[in-house]
Amino acid sequence: MTEPGGGGDVAGSIGRRRFLGYVLAAPTLVTAAELGVASAAGAQPAAAPRVADLLDLTDLMTVATLPTAGLIAVEVHADGTASFALPRAEVGQGITTSTAMLIAEELSLPLDRIRVTLADARPELVFNQLTGGSNTTHATYRPIRVAAAIARQRLLAAASAELGSPAGELTLSAGVVTDRAGRGVELGVLAVRAASDRSEPVTVELAARESFTVIGRPHNRVDALDAVTGRKKFAMDLAVPNALPTMVCRPPTINGTVNSVANLAEVAAMPGVTDVVVIGTGVAVRARTFGQCVDGVRALRVSWKAGTAAGKSDETVLRELAAAELPLGLLPPLTPTVEGRFTFHFRGNSALEPNCAIADVRADRAEIWSALKSPIVARQSIAARIGLPLNRVTVHVTEGGGSFGRKLFFDAALEAAEVSKKIGKPVKLMWHRADDTRQGRTHPMATSRVRMSYLGDAVLGYQQRHTSVSTDLGHGLGEIITAFAAQLPVGDIGFAETFFLLSQEQSYRFGVSSQLLSETDKGFNTGSTRNVYSPDVTTARELIVDQLAARMGSDPHDFRRRFLRADRAKAVLAKVAEVGQWGRAMPAGTAQGIAFHAEYKSVSAALVEIDCRPETVNRPIRDGVGGPRVTKVVFAVDVGLAVNPRGLEAQMMGGVMDGIALALTSSLHLRDGYFLEASWDNYFYTRQWNTPLDLRIIIMPDTSEDPGGAGELSVAASMAAVACAYGRATGTMPTTFPINHGTLSFEPKPTVPPVPASPTDGRDHAS
Amino acid sequence: MPEHTFRVNGEQVTVTVEDDVRLLWVLRDILGITGPKYGCGINVCRACTSHLNGRAVSPCSIPVGDLEPTDEVTTIEGLAATVDEDLHPMQRAWLDHDVAQCGYCQPGQIMAAVALVRRVTEEGRSITDADLDGLRNICRCGTYPRIRDAIRDGAARM
Repeated sequence: MTEPGGGGDVAGSIGRRRFLGYVLAAPTLVTAAELGVASAAGAQPAAAPRVADLLDLTDLMTVATLPTAGLIAVEVHADGTASFALPRAEVGQGITTSTAMLIAEELSLPLDRIRVTLADARPELVFNQLTGGSNTTHATYRPIRVAAAIARQRLLAAASAELGSPAGELTLSAGVVTDRAGRGVELGVLAVRAASDRSEPVTVELAARESFTVIGRPHNRVDALDAVTGRKKFAMDLAVPNALPTMVCRPPTINGTVNSVANLAEVAAMPGVTDVVVIGTGVAVRARTFGQCVDGVRALRVSWKAGTAAGKSDETVLRELAAAELPLGLLPPLTPTVEGRFTFHFRGNSALEPNCAIADVRADRAEIWSALKSPIVARQSIAARIGLPLNRVTVHVTEGGGSFGRKLFFDAALEAAEVSKKIGKPVKLMWHRADDTRQGRTHPMATSRVRMSYLGDAVLGYQQRHTSVSTDLGHGLGEIITAFAAQLPVGDIGFAETFFLLSQEQSYRFGVSSQLLSETDKGFNTGSTRNVYSPDVTTARELIVDQLAARMGSDPHDFRRRFLRADRAKAVLAKVAEVGQWGRAMPAGTAQGIAFHAEYKSVSAALVEIDCRPETVNRPIRDGVGGPRVTKVVFAVDVGLAVNPRGLEAQMMGGVMDGIALALTSSLHLRDGYFLEASWDNYFYTRQWNTPLDLRIIIMPDTSEDPGGAGELSVAASMAAVACAYGRATGTMPTTFPINHGTLSFEPKPTVPPVPASPTDGRDHAS
Repeated sequence: MPEHTFRVNGEQVTVTVEDDVRLLWVLRDILGITGPKYGCGINVCRACTSHLNGRAVSPCSIPVGDLEPTDEVTTIEGLAATVDEDLHPMQRAWLDHDVAQCGYCQPGQIMAAVALVRRVTEEGRSITDADLDGLRNICRCGTYPRIRDAIRDGAARM
């Protein structure tokens, strides 16, 4: 078992151990491995006070894959290329690139001859086709390499027979096998000869880490050329015959439903409109163009039933949260304490690509296209909704335009299937931005209370009570946790509480420590937003750590360094302090902040500089929020083993931008049962004018044989460091996030009609 | 139904559709040109940014009836051809800096960047931080720092 917060080598030494895989019967060479090859075998849970220190979410998701025995296969084709259908969703995190790199490493094939596609929903994979919890690389790192290594082994054996040279005297490079005499055979030729007419298990050695030539070296994205030329296809770019644009007229309050429609026939006769139909979530309009859908949606006169948050506002939800808060301790503390209570408002989790899906539902079959992170659950839900047997429903996973947790939910795919069934035609259904913002998924509002007790320069205890609007985990992750919760040392608690315990580890030596979650109110459409609990939990903790350091007369960096347990944790902290020149003199109104976060078997630290001077805060920004400017971020990360440092750096960069937004500008305002925000000019995600001019990301040297998680990792430390810097620059610890939530910086758009009119003055704004 | 004739990526096109349908939907839903993306529909997110006679515009906010036969619309698909290359220098800079993550906003980002560099060049100066701060295109993946680096680099190559 590794030291808490240390991550380390959970799987034990791989070195030159042999791994089991398969050769499959096929016309060309197809090799395979089981997903979830025992990479968490050493992580048997035992009774212990801190669950995440023993078995974190990463382990749980990996352990959960063990019994499912779904094979993932590398195919080598007669044209000398290799292909692999990844049972995960690529939504920008770069996993098609890192996966191609793993295959390239073991198969000695250039990356441009490897095609990684996204697998359709494969029910036999059960828990193993869910993209979440920053788990993809951790769970697939070894199985993909095993399959590719077996392919290499078979190709060399075939070449040996072909050339009459022992396999040990052959080299495979750039897609050609060469013997010592210089004779070569193309991979494509060997792909046919190495094919097997029956499936059988084989064992193989993986490439030794010292010999890596691809893994661990920076590589640009394999889909970059398609992205910059406009050729990359997202769901709404697909040409499915007769799948016409479709939008839904939605209720003025969260999850309202249709009472009656006054002018359905009138709207059905509008230009371009082909169909208008009432569905569970509103009134769908199908038309020749999306612009005509917008017009149809705006023209509909609908009376609505109240939704699930009728009459609720920020203030009423805050009262619900206060009522649901657990006590910080049963007895009053006997020693001095530092305490804080922090409020985190609702935040939108829309990606830039709105919620969307194509559905073609016929009497006896259905086909769905959408960027889905939980396609197996989506397929089951869709089949049930449209009343077809599971095996008559095909679900294609398309490339996604961002996710951040959003695409764990498949609301648009369900709606598209429902509309297509009702009208008997294919539909290309897309949510308007206003729909995504007002009826979409949100990161739940929460409070977090922290109490630290101390005596002299010793920290005696750490208590944190996190109270949140319920997080909906009903997309498959909840099922994974529920199925395995009985095996965990957590007692009889629900999966949200289990998830919380799994995702929060105590990286500091803070004496007797406890962190508990309580949830309330299931009336909101919630989900993760690039991390579930960690950004809020970490921000609350790190702010109180700063307070205690000040109480003890200690420097924030020195204090953290003293109490962090693991060497790799201390190393990332020391690195940002060194590179960011921690403690350098800064003008009044500006300051540095520093914070630490560990999760997914990875450790991270952020050093932030912020400018809170009035001339900066009040700089004019048209239709946007300026506010305090983060001028510099130094971020250090140790993910154990970095498969693609360039992709990892990109993930850290994105998380930093999220952390800045969560601390300073991004939130939803709830009033009268709906969110006031309706577009990107209301919801203030980080923009260029909020971007730090100086960003340095440091990838630490590898400390493990296994890659940890990265997709969501950098949000928490970034948000916390921005909050700490803000507190130090202004002299007041912030307690409500984002800090500008109290100021409404826009004029709310109407809720009826639910979407704004399309502007007509585009030519006037040419620039 | 009215006919509209204008130029897209170097070719003259004629579409038969109501005057008030916005250019974005004419491009995407009728002509099948899907590089410009929908992100808000109200000229805020700039994911659909394309060029109209060389200037950056949001096609989501231009009724097709406003276009004249001589108007030249350039989408990301036609950008490289404006310099008679396989890739525009800005696209090359984007590749070198590995800017894209999910890629959804990137066609709009690149079109906005090219228009910015053209404007700044016409003003006889080079790109400043204030110019880059003024770019309104949203990237929800948070690629902003790499966008800034790529624009400076691409500007030097244009």
